[in-house]
Amino acid sequence: MSESALLDPAKTQVPGLSELFFAFLGLALTGFGGVMPWARRMLVEQRRWLTEEKFAEDLALAQFLPGPNIINLSVVVGARFQGPMGALVACLGLVGAPVVLMMICGALYGRYGEAAWLRGPLAGLSAAAAGLVIAMVGKLAAPMFRARHLPAILFALLAFLAVGFLRFPLGWVLLVLAPLSVAVFWWRLR
Amino acid sequence: MKDDSPVSAFVLQSLLVSLIAIGGVNAVLPELHRQVVENHHWLTDQQFADMFAIASAAPGPNMLVITLIGWHLGGFTGAILSSIALCAPTCLLTYAVASAWERFKDAPWRIAIQAGLVPVTVGLIAASAYLLARAADQNIIAYAVTAVTALLCYFTRINPLWALGTAAALGAVGLV
Repeated sequence: MSESALLDPAKTQVPGLSELFFAFLGLALTGFGGVMPWARRMLVEQRRWLTEEKFAEDLALAQFLPGPNIINLSVVVGARFQGPMGALVACLGLVGAPVVLMMICGALYGRYGEAAWLRGPLAGLSAAAAGLVIAMVGKLAAPMFRARHLPAILFALLAFLAVGFLRFPLGWVLLVLAPLSVAVFWWRLR
Repeated sequence: MKDDSPVSAFVLQSLLVSLIAIGGVNAVLPELHRQVVENHHWLTDQQFADMFAIASAAPGPNMLVITLIGWHLGGFTGAILSSIALCAPTCLLTYAVASAWERFKDAPWRIAIQAGLVPVTVGLIAASAYLLARAADQNIIAYAVTAVTALLCYFTRINPLWALGTAAALGAVGLV
């Protein structure tokens, strides 16, 4: 909080509540196809609220915890500058407008979702969206294969089979696989 | 609304999903699909894939498929409540952990947990990809669209919006 400003007074600034709200609102609306790269640019380069190191630290926390990373990041950044209200305002800025947009889309989909003229574009869109997720899997999995990390590959495969094919409930799969996978990494790190 | 209040059941489910969404919403899509499509039949396979596609094409964080499903089940109230249910638990947890983060960010157990969860997350997102592709790819051209999009986004830094837009246009002229 004030600590970081004291350490680096020339570089970082302390935003108020409305600044936090509008910054994250802007981020939400420009962030097509992934908000995270834009988040770094806005927070570190444009507004100079965070140093590169602080951003990396906050990002690590956001990724460590469950839930959408960017939402967690908005909470961490908002809380750092303005406490609980800051966290709330940053999160609302980020989520509010997209949620309203989705409600409009939901209403339109409910009305025209089965209409013949919309079936084509939606079929194309959903085929491409599946492709996006496949690419994401590729990017996440590539380091495991490059490192020939066999236990990691095995755990990924088990999670895929258990949830994708056997259709086991996610909670049970996590309860079994996550501790085992963490234990293997713990053992390797020691 | 069909059977006993799908809205409250879905809101409850979003609450739980919020806390097991390691690796974001894409990792919990198979669980959502299992509940919403397979167990409760609130949506068809195709509607689920449609909604994920619409949410992917929109700006903002990738949790919005929850908002869309919430809207489908219970209109305005359903959309708002399920969005809050998805955000609130993880936001509160983040807020609580943020002040203590300094103390354990370099702890070996923290690094082991994070590294250990990655492979499981990869498997879960792969399961999402499989389910979405199975629902979306009804003909050979749809398969091709999925494959080309995957390759483009894996090998280049192209904005995914181009792939989504082109695919929607191909669909509009009746090719998909």
